[in-house]
Amino acid sequence: MNVPTMASLFAEGKQPEILFWVGCAGSFDDRAKKITKAFVKLLNKAGVSFAVLGTEESCSGDPAKRAGNEFLFQMQAVTNIEVMNGYGIKKVVTACPHCFNTLKNEYPGLGGNYDVVHHTQFLKQLVEEGKIGLKGGTYKGKRITYHDPCYLGRANDVYEAPRELIRKLDAELVEMKSCRQRGLCCGAGGAQMFKEAEKGDKEVNIERTEQAMETQPEIIAAACPFCNTMMTDGVKNKEKEASIAVMDIAELMSEAEDL
Amino acid sequence: MEYLPNILFGILLVIGIGYFSRNVKKLRRNIFLGRDADLSDNKPQRWKNMARIALGQSQMVVRPIAGIMHIIVYIGFVIINIEVLEIIIDGLLGTHRIFAFMGGFYDFLIASFEILALLVIVAVVVFWLRRNALKLARFVKPEMKGWPKSDANWILYIELILMGLFLTMNAADYQLQQMGVAHYEEAGMFPVSQFILPVFEGMSASSVILIERIAWWLHIAGILFFLNYLYYSKHLHILLAFPNTYFGNLKPKGEFANNEAVTKEVKLMMDPNADPFAAPAEDTAPPEKFGASDVQDLKWVQLLSAYTCTECGRCTSECPANQTGKKLSPRKIMMDTRDRLEEVGKNIDKNKGEFVDDGKQLLDDYISREELWACTSCNACVEACPVSIDPLSIIMNMRQYLVMEQSAAPAELNAMMGNIENNGAPWPFNQMDRLNWAEEAG
Ligand code: SF4
Ligand code: SF4
Repeated sequence: MNVPTMASLFAEGKQPEILFWVGCAGSFDDRAKKITKAFVKLLNKAGVSFAVLGTEESCSGDPAKRAGNEFLFQMQAVTNIEVMNGYGIKKVVTACPHCFNTLKNEYPGLGGNYDVVHHTQFLKQLVEEGKIGLKGGTYKGKRITYHDPCYLGRANDVYEAPRELIRKLDAELVEMKSCRQRGLCCGAGGAQMFKEAEKGDKEVNIERTEQAMETQPEIIAAACPFCNTMMTDGVKNKEKEASIAVMDIAELMSEAEDL
Repeated sequence: MEYLPNILFGILLVIGIGYFSRNVKKLRRNIFLGRDADLSDNKPQRWKNMARIALGQSQMVVRPIAGIMHIIVYIGFVIINIEVLEIIIDGLLGTHRIFAFMGGFYDFLIASFEILALLVIVAVVVFWLRRNALKLARFVKPEMKGWPKSDANWILYIELILMGLFLTMNAADYQLQQMGVAHYEEAGMFPVSQFILPVFEGMSASSVILIERIAWWLHIAGILFFLNYLYYSKHLHILLAFPNTYFGNLKPKGEFANNEAVTKEVKLMMDPNADPFAAPAEDTAPPEKFGASDVQDLKWVQLLSAYTCTECGRCTSECPANQTGKKLSPRKIMMDTRDRLEEVGKNIDKNKGEFVDDGKQLLDDYISREELWACTSCNACVEACPVSIDPLSIIMNMRQYLVMEQSAAPAELNAMMGNIENNGAPWPFNQMDRLNWAEEAG
């Protein structure tokens, strides 16, 4: 795995085409780190010129903002923008819809203007350009259901890129009763990931996992590290982890490619 | 004496419309108690949205049954206003069916009003059954007890009565036309009300005239009553859906506005040249409150939305928190905002145009913290609303108040925020370990 940092490329006087914004979950969470690595392998395979910020990256500020701490959010944003502008970054790719949304929509107002794309959009482009082959086979005919992350779907209208990739894997895409615009949240957004849920009859991720299980899937595909955790927990709660896997689109692809 | 009915009608009209405009003024004043919001951008897109969402009802048909029924009632309402115009002219001038000169087209108009009236009656009955017999989940939530419930039913009853009067009036008229009574010259076509005709069998012309007049008067009086009922009802949406969709959000739903008051402070904090001990300039306004604890802290467009809300509950039925039994209901957020705004408005009326602190506010007295913290900011409510209301924006503004003015976030969130501040991540990991994954196998 080749993971150049901005700082090292800068020292060599080089400028990568894209910045891969890893995000906190992708950097620290054991489950999400696998997604990060899968995506890097795909980037390596496609020969994309990219770099990460590494230790210079800091939280995008999304959870602070959704919790209501606009101060902390803006401090984070301004710090990150300073670093990114310092490197003259133009294009950012990220596997986290929360970072994606914040960088794309909320950073411009604070002086950070980048072309921000989600990794599913970027991967779709790589496939279309023929830089990644997707030999198929691995998932032929497998039932895969896709969970729309709120911050990718409703928040930014990205519904089709992940779906197209699943179809390209030769898998059978089965939709849940709440999908696309009407997709049900996994329960993690709005800083809920970091606290106990309020009192109710049920956890949101259980409700969503039940909806997913109604489609009798072999795999639940996700496109967000937080959704991934929530759905994985849901599947465990239902004791179905032996028969249902929860995987990010990047992981599906890197496995199909035998990376 | 000959002109007595015309004069009476004129007085009725002036009272009805006068009272209505008084309420509209109050409505405007209350809405503009909110903070400024500049929504004068991108007019073509805004007109398009209004045409598509309010006029074209595009969001209604997401739920086909309610959607189609609603479109019938809506078209019925719009078209019947042409009839109302005729009634007003007739009433003022003492004429009868003044538009009759249009001949065949007039017959066509009256016939289509009648068919619509019948369809409206059917739709209203279906709506009533859905609310009261089938008890669809979104109509029996806790916030739908008392007035909200009876308000919804009242509207249905009024519509039913209005349509009934309209058809009775036409039937009596048709009967008189056939009897050849002077003043009731033949005009119009009555595909529905003709079936009421047998009722008049054997009645004298004067009795039928009496019925016709009573139905006519009650019909127009009912319409004026309905106009004035609007202000007190969720039915205000038939008017406000238009401005509300026009001023609806044009940005991606995930983009939460950057609080500018905070931006200023952050810039100062980050600016190495700023003098932290500099005395504030004399004439600076007091710092704006961060976030919202009461209705005056919200933007006027959020207050407009509170009056626009139809209490349909589409937002609540899509809300993941509500679906899993939490207290949060986005519809309740909008209803609470409106109720509090009304209370503030009444307070101002009572105190000669000044708001006198009543020891209450939107936060806690109406909306509890538990509700606010249950939101996942998923935007399902925003997507679901047929009239472009954004309950999430109010929730976020109130969270900002809780966190920035009161430091009253739940302990776990404080821990998360502390981590971001110290480690640049919501978890207690060292920023220097951010790249460790690159070294790990797998
Ligand atoms: S944004 Fe909040 S209130 Fe709206 S549907 Fe999602 S959880 Fe419910
Ligand atoms: S906010 Fe919109 S969706 Fe929710 S009850 Fe009001 S009108 Fe209906």
